Formats: sequence, structure tokens, C-alpha cells
Amino acid sequence: MAEPLLRVEGLVRRFGGIVATDHVSLDVAQGELHAIIGPNGAGKTTLISQLTGHLPPNAGSISLGGLDITYLPAHRRCALGLARSFQITSLLLDFTAADNVALAAQAHAGTSFRFFADARRERGLREAAHAALDRVGLSHRADIVVSRLSHGERRELELAVALASRPKILLLDEPMAGLGATESQRMVKLLQELRKEVSIVLVEHDMEAVFALADRISVLVYGRLIASGDPAAIRQNEEVRRAYLGDQHVVTRHG
Amino acid sequence: MSKAFSASRAVTALMLAGLLLLPLYSQLSGNLFILTLFTRIVILALAAASLNLIMGYGGMTSFGHAAYLGIGGYAVGILAQEGIGSGFVQWPVALAASAIYALVIGALSLRTRGVYFIMITLAFAQMAYYVASGLARYGGDDGLTVYKRSAFAGLVDLSNRVQFYYLCLACLLGVIALIWRIVNSRFGLVVQGLRSNEQRMQAIGFPAGRYRLVCFVISGTMCGLAGALLANNTDFVSPAVMYWTRSGDLMVMVILGGMGTLFGPVIGAVVYLVLEELLSQVTEYWALIMGPLLLVIVLFGRGGIMGLLGRLDRG
Ligand SMILES: Nc1ncnc2c1ncn2[C@@H]1O[C@H](COP(=O)(O)OP(=O)(O)OP(=O)(O)O)[C@@H](O)[C@H]1O
Ligand SMILES: [Mg+2]
Repeated sequence: MAEPLLRVEGLVRRFGGIVATDHVSLDVAQGELHAIIGPNGAGKTTLISQLTGHLPPNAGSISLGGLDITYLPAHRRCALGLARSFQITSLLLDFTAADNVALAAQAHAGTSFRFFADARRERGLREAAHAALDRVGLSHRADIVVSRLSHGERRELELAVALASRPKILLLDEPMAGLGATESQRMVKLLQELRKEVSIVLVEHDMEAVFALADRISVLVYGRLIASGDPAAIRQNEEVRRAYLGDQHVVTRHG
Repeated sequence: MSKAFSASRAVTALMLAGLLLLPLYSQLSGNLFILTLFTRIVILALAAASLNLIMGYGGMTSFGHAAYLGIGGYAVGILAQEGIGSGFVQWPVALAASAIYALVIGALSLRTRGVYFIMITLAFAQMAYYVASGLARYGGDDGLTVYKRSAFAGLVDLSNRVQFYYLCLACLLGVIALIWRIVNSRFGLVVQGLRSNEQRMQAIGFPAGRYRLVCFVISGTMCGLAGALLANNTDFVSPAVMYWTRSGDLMVMVILGGMGTLFGPVIGAVVYLVLEELLSQVTEYWALIMGPLLLVIVLFGRGGIMGLLGRLDRG
């Protein structure tokens, strides 16, 4: 097997007495959509934050494309092609949607120690921003200040911001959180498109979406990975059923 | 913003016209005092504008900005005392000294946030104050008289009140133009993004520290220029210009005028200092009126005067 794009080995993170990440090892292959599921407080966000560099692990290692990134700061990992969306929307509220995305493009387009030229007139950055906004269906809202966008639009904008950095791997922390039914469907469709272009780690509670999208699913409970496999295997897994899915949730769809 | 007419624009234009024509009024009316007052206002407006760059745009609330007034001033005063009277030497030294101070203080204090940042910048400025008080050779506590204003090879005569006023005004407008370019540049957007949401900025690939530090240094250097002007204006520099109340005055000007707006600090400086002047003529207890007045504006007029005018525009 070729070297996986992202490899996590023996990752441990404690918060006081709690072990939020308990010797987690997993990998994400090139082009794979790897879903991580688990009940509330299982440590999914904690895991993502260690992958992005927002939270240092206590032990273990993370490598991206064979390069050890365990101790790289967040901005360096981003430069290497790792982008995230936040479970709780984290955007520049007093900037327009286009500005939010253009800044992400700017971070990957040469130095930002430029003091005189008007950045909002930079063709390349604006075009990149509009392309990303277009991808998520937000181009008609480009010039709206983020604080005036709806919750659903902000979730889409999170994704556009992540896309604008042209990542190799997208880490999405509950992109569907708080979305209505139609908005969720739009998001699933969007992810179905994106997965053709970029590897994705998807944390999501919406089981229907997870089973429809994932190549592989890993199940996290109390910080431990209790199972990892393709959707069919996970659906069959007794331990997973007991620990998490609950019988009523299982088998929402076949194939 | 896109409207041709807006209250904030009208007030700004009016104020600029007033500042430009002030020497004329002073000459015609024979009121020399007003020119003296407004020279000081323009200089402190420059200091407030520089503070606004880090505080309003960058979200770095420094409580030690008056330190640069002292550093710029002492650079001029000490060099003059040592027989170097050329402004072409004095002023670059004033700017460089301010930049170096900002670099050191910024590198140390930008590791902290919020109240800690406020306190640590305050502490460093007070340290500068005590260092200046200890400069026995240069007047110590009593300060240092600048017997000759900076000389610019006959290009501009700083002892001519009108020329000096216009020099100060040109410096102010130049610095504001520079700030205008900076805040709309790549660098400026990053700095403002960091004020808005540091976590997000790091996630899209910007290291916070170095952008903040560079912004801090630019701001301090600009304020050093105000310090050089101030020493020339008063023919004197003393530790008192660095005292923490002076830093507080600058903060009030910025907040009063409107943080993160280009001309807010100028309006803030004009209103604050004119009000101080008028009230102190009426009663020696002017601070008792000034304090609550400012409190009302800051508490109820969020965004300062510029914010109020902006709301007027939106109806
Ligand atoms: N900064 C922190 N300090 C202390 N404890 C924390 C911190 N962040 C997370 N935890 C704890 O770590 C555990 C895992 O939290 P985490 O947010 O990673 O769960 P999650 O799987 O993302 O949950 P959810 O599905 O609710 O988003 C929880 O017990 C949580 O209380
Ligand atoms: Mg979470």
C-alpha cells in the first residue's frame, strides 16, 4: 500500500483526569473520505484540533505526506495543505464573505508583508474568492458582511474558506451542525462533489450523511477508536451498535 | 459609505478645511493663541492616529503609547544639547529610537493578551518615564529645554509659527494617508483579521505574532514623529510627556473619535483638547465635568463620534 496522505499514530491528549484522545491511530488515504463518528464528548473535536495544530498532543505522532507535522504550528500545517472547518462557526464576522475567502487565498499566494497596494483590488485573490464562493453556492452573497449571514450560509462559508487555500486534505468538524433538512441535503451534495478533488476527514453526527459519503468510518468512544472499516462493516459491528449507534439508528440505507 | 453625502464625511471635510484655514483666521483675527492651541492638537492627533493603528485596527490596546512622545522628544532634545541641531539627523534618530523601543517592547508584551497586554505596556512606559527622570545630564525630573528648534537647511523654519503649524499638519495628513494605504493592503487586512478572529487567521495560515509586531513597530515609529514635533513645539521635553495619564489621554482621544476609523482620532483629539481648554477657562474643576461627559459618549455612543455620525447616516 502506498504511503497514506495523513497518518496518526498513538495519539494521546489528556485534559486533567479525562483522556480525550486515547492512543488513537488512523490513516487517511489519498482521495479517501474518512468519517469519524462517536457520541458527544467522544473526543472528535479534540482529535481534529490536534491534527490542525490548535491543540498539542501529549504523545503520539502525526504525519502528512510522510512529513512529521506533530509539532508544527497551525499556520505551517495549513501551508502544507491542511485546512479545517470549525464545529462552532469561526469566521471574521466584521468582514464580508468575499474578504473571508480572499484572505484564505492570500495566505497561499505570496507574502502578506505588502503595505501599499489595495488588497481588495488584487484580481487573482478576488477571482479565487469568487470561485470558492461559487463552489458552495454563495457567490450572490459575496459582499455581505458575515455577521448578517444566516447560520446555514455561514456553514457554507466555512467550507469556502477551507477550499480557498487549495488544501490536500479537508478536516470538517460537523459541517451539517444546525442545518435544516434542505440545507443538509445541499451540503451532502457539495461534499459528494468535493470528495472527487480532495481527501476529507469528516466528523458528523448525521448518520445518513456519513453512511452515504464515507469510504471508511472510524468510531470514537471515550477517546478510544473502537472500530474502523467500510460502512458495511461498521454497520455490522456489534460493539459499535452497543456503544453508539443504537439499534434504531442502524441500517438507514443499504449499499 | 457609498452615498455621495454622509454626515461623517461632511464633518471630516469641514474639520480638514478648518485645520487648513486656521492660520489664516489666526492672522486676520489677531488670535495667536488659537494657533498655539491647534499646533498642539494637530501633534497629539498624530499621536492618537498612530495609536489607532494598533488599538483600533489591530485590536492591541496599548496603555503606554506616550512613551514614544518622550523618546521622540528626547532624541531631539539630547541631540540639540550635544550640538547636533540638524533635523535631518534628529528626526531619523527619533524615529529609529522609537522603532527600536517598539520592537523590544512589542516582542515582550505581544505574548500577552487583553488586560495583561494593557498592564505590561503601561509598565514599560512607566519604566521609560523613570529612566528619563534619572537622566541627570539632561535635566532629570525637571526636563530638558530645547534652545534651538530642529534646523532643516532653510527648507522650513520651525520657529515661524505658521510654517511650523503647516509642517505638523502635513505630518498628520501624511501619516493618515499612510495608515489608509496600510489598512487596505494585504498586511492591513491580516492585522484586522487577527483582531477579528485570531483562531481563524491561524487556521487559514497566518502566524499572528510577526504581523502584530510589525504593526506595533510602525505605530510606535509614527508616534515618535509626534514626539519630535512636540519637543519642537514646546521647546522643552520632560519625563511628564511619558506619564501614564498622557497615554490615557491618547486612548480617550481614539475612543472618543471612533476606533478603527481613519479620521476618528483627529476628531477625538480636536474635541477632547478644545473641550479641555474651554472647560478649564470656566472652572478649575473642569475634570469633574469632562470625566462624566466622556463616560457618556464612550458608554452610549459606541464607536465614538464617528460611530454616532455613521448611525445618523443610516437613519
Ligand atoms: N479545552 C478543554 N479543556 C478541558 N476539557 C476539554 C477541553 N476540550 C474538550 N474537553 C473534554 O474532552 C472530551 C472530548 O471533547 P470533544 O469536544 O473533543 O468531544 P466531541 O466528540 O467533539 O463532542 P461533540 O460531539 O459534542 O462535539 C470531553 O469530555 C470534553 O469535556
Ligand atoms: Mg465536537
